[in-house]
Amino acid sequence: MIVIIDYGAGNLRSVLNAVTRLGYQPRITNSPNEVLNAQAVILPGVGAAADTMESLRRLGLASPIREIIANGRPFFGVCIGLQVLVTGTEEGGWHECLGAIAGTVRKLPSGLKIPHMGWNQVKQRVSHPVFGGIPDGANFYFVHSYYVEPDDESLVAGETDYGIPICSVIATGNLVATQFHPEKSGEFGIKMYSNFLKMAIAGRQD
Amino acid sequence: MLTKRIIPCLDVQDGRVVKGTSFVQLRDAGDPVELASFYYREGADELVFLDISATPEGRETMADVVERISEEVFMPLTVGGGLRSTIDMRRMLRAGADKVAVNSAAVLTPVLISDGADKFGSQCIVVAIDAKRITSSEKPRWEVYIYSGQKPTGIDVLSWARQVVELGAGELLLTSMDADGHQAGYDIELTRAVSEAVPVPVIASGGAGTLEDIYQALIAGKADAVLAASIFHYGIYSIGETKEYLDRRGIPIRI
Repeated sequence: MIVIIDYGAGNLRSVLNAVTRLGYQPRITNSPNEVLNAQAVILPGVGAAADTMESLRRLGLASPIREIIANGRPFFGVCIGLQVLVTGTEEGGWHECLGAIAGTVRKLPSGLKIPHMGWNQVKQRVSHPVFGGIPDGANFYFVHSYYVEPDDESLVAGETDYGIPICSVIATGNLVATQFHPEKSGEFGIKMYSNFLKMAIAGRQD
Repeated sequence: MLTKRIIPCLDVQDGRVVKGTSFVQLRDAGDPVELASFYYREGADELVFLDISATPEGRETMADVVERISEEVFMPLTVGGGLRSTIDMRRMLRAGADKVAVNSAAVLTPVLISDGADKFGSQCIVVAIDAKRITSSEKPRWEVYIYSGQKPTGIDVLSWARQVVELGAGELLLTSMDADGHQAGYDIELTRAVSEAVPVPVIASGGAGTLEDIYQALIAGKADAVLAASIFHYGIYSIGETKEYLDRRGIPIRI
């Protein structure tokens, strides 16, 4: 079962549409059990990391998400779904996040338009199956005012220039997370979901 | 580097695209879903739908249209027209819109902007501003108009632009009423003044007639994106041609 986590916010329908287009029948859920037992988990998101964390905690989803990531189960975080993975966020004062990856969510530097909104290139820094069939430097759709800075720079799988280099993709084993919105990024975006889901299903334990 | 966005705009009434298009490739040029898919394949960066339905039934239809479009088209969608409350906004966002645009309702009830931004995030809230040049003013100045340009408000465009951003707007859709429909170029002075006044992205609208006009809106006008209707709908220029032209002129663009 592929699940898309519904915590009451976000661009759920677009993610659902993208995955459905690929021929999968994902389940939308806020059940901790379904998340724990899923073959692949997608955490979509828009808005603020702190609000999302609050919702995840309230629904009892924070621990299951930590657990599946710690166990190397397939997980795809989108936008805020990437930001909540790190230690904490500076948005609206310090707020603790999931801590699945050591790192901090910081505000984009001033001087350029904020939010960073539109299509920008992703430079692939590592080779990972999620990039399969996607050219280096392909454009993806971004909309965000904060970005993730992992403590371990080698975790940055994709990098994007917006005044400073920002981490736009984390891809390590079965953990994939993007600052951009694949479901809004045309055919290359759909391809990323396809790559991830193929990887998730090929590597299934059951 | 962030690319500049090229955005076709579709006016939809009771579920049908009005201001007919002339694409021979399409089975039904009035079908918003088919047109959206066409522009998606052509490489448009985003789509804006303005619902000009006058009735609640017409607006209900719009939500269905958005739902069907979001199933086929994997690009950002903005929906505007007749949204008066966060309930209206939510309906469109749930249907699959990424952003909602408010115009008259924001002027009449500015708190709608902050309520929307609080509930859905600033990135969802586009404020559309219809601006008309004040000819009696020595310094360049523009006035905000509402009700599809029917009613002057006495509000200065630059101070309104700053105010809506303060309230939480994540993007401005700026239409020059003087230039709109004339295909003689965007109001560059207006576009630049607003773009320099606010920290959020500005979409220039109204007046595109040539590719040079689009280039100027992005360079001289400092716009982050350009919106156009007629030149794309009537096939005067394709999205591909437009992008190749801008790319050749050194504008960062997604090809």
